[in-house]
Amino acid sequence: MTTEVAHAPTVPRIELKSPLEYIVWLLLLLIVVWSLQGTAPPLEGLAKGLARLFAPSGMLAQMFPPDLSRLDRVIWKLVETLQMAIAGVVLGLAMALPLAILAADGLSPHPILRVAARALIAFFRTVPDLIWAIVFIIVVGLGPAAGVLAIMVDKIGFAGRFFAEAMEETDKGPRDALAALGATRMGVIASAVIPAAMPSFIATSLFALEKAVRGSVALGLVGAGGIGVDLKVAFDLFDYDQALTIILLIFVLVLGVEQASAWIRRRII
Amino acid sequence: MLCGVDLPVPYGQSVALIGANGAGKSTLIKSLVGLIEPDAGRISVLGQTIQGLSGRLLRRVRSRVGFVWQKHNLVPRASVLTNVLHGAQARHSGPRTWSQSLAAQEAREEAMRCLEAVGLPEVALQRADQLSGGQSQRVALARVLMQRPEIVLADEPDASLDPQAGDEVMRLLSRMTRDKGLTLVFVSHRLHHALEHADRIVGLGQGRILIDQPAATARPDELRRFFAEPRQ
Repeated sequence: MTTEVAHAPTVPRIELKSPLEYIVWLLLLLIVVWSLQGTAPPLEGLAKGLARLFAPSGMLAQMFPPDLSRLDRVIWKLVETLQMAIAGVVLGLAMALPLAILAADGLSPHPILRVAARALIAFFRTVPDLIWAIVFIIVVGLGPAAGVLAIMVDKIGFAGRFFAEAMEETDKGPRDALAALGATRMGVIASAVIPAAMPSFIATSLFALEKAVRGSVALGLVGAGGIGVDLKVAFDLFDYDQALTIILLIFVLVLGVEQASAWIRRRII
Repeated sequence: MLCGVDLPVPYGQSVALIGANGAGKSTLIKSLVGLIEPDAGRISVLGQTIQGLSGRLLRRVRSRVGFVWQKHNLVPRASVLTNVLHGAQARHSGPRTWSQSLAAQEAREEAMRCLEAVGLPEVALQRADQLSGGQSQRVALARVLMQRPEIVLADEPDASLDPQAGDEVMRLLSRMTRDKGLTLVFVSHRLHHALEHADRIVGLGQGRILIDQPAATARPDELRRFFAEPRQ
């Protein structure tokens, strides 16, 4: 008895690419190598730096034990950092909502307004908060007010985009139902769109707060108030034990805000 | 597509629109409140031509016409009472009609009476997305009542419901429009709804009116051809 074994069609392990695809991949690889070569630390330098860091008289050793002598001031500056973040986020969110309504498809009263609102949101989002901080230091001077304004503008850009997208994605059924009974545009938005988008609004707002708390530390480095100023001074004066205290407290603050925000998200959404 | 549809409806009449899928029933009923713009012809509702109206005037006409959708289209995260109160947006704009917590006491009382009329006062403070399909559609009817319309249009209000809940919603809709002497135009895929709740039955096919007769003289055998449901 003879049996014929049917051969399944064979497929190549790697599909042959067109020459153009090879060129694109090669170019990408070259860009990565070029970027690493231009900016990545040389291994020898990195090894020396790490050795200095961990040396008996290095920075790490000088950080311990953390200096708690100025704990009250550090805690107060930490509170100020939190205040900056909360104030900046609340102001930013309050301004982001009307701007998002103007930018949302199907809700904006006019296409020109929609394009203008989108452009403004994109502009606020693309300029980093550190740049805004520098701008506002020029406007209102050194201190937390500049930080609050920088966070506010940054959050208008951040929340404006997400708020607009959340509203665009809401079910059109309730909107149509209210429009069909003669409700005004504002009535439809307030009654049907915002309640439906609320979970997304809350998630975005809490994430904005987390981001602002982390960001407000960095804003202090350029003089826009908060704990960042003290951290910079501690490093500048080689008070590494003081710097460690500040870093640990920042860690506690950020972790606390993240945990609180996760708890609120679970409870409300 | 609709073509050559001439359908004057006198005040207080109940009209059933029947026809197979794609016959143009929903298109017709939606174009009555300007949700679909016709390419040609004239639509007049409550003595007002719909085409070419400004947004404000169209809203004024819409405020006098209650619309019941295939799906209830309630705001899911809002309370039942808030959803009913939204019906008052036909008469008033502003925050007092946005939510039951902001509403005036009289408006809240009226909304509660509307909920009583559909037999659901006990769910007033529940979230709308916690209701069953039948309950949701009854709340949508309460919202229409809150609107105080002169005409009610219903686009297959029983479509997403089981037969029992569908019958209940249709009975309720029919009773509330008759009690208040309102004009009712409804689309239905169930023959017995057309026969029980309409004064007049209009059969559509391929965008044209194929039959238009009083429900009292309608012959079920003749009407069955308009329905997708099998012969019984």
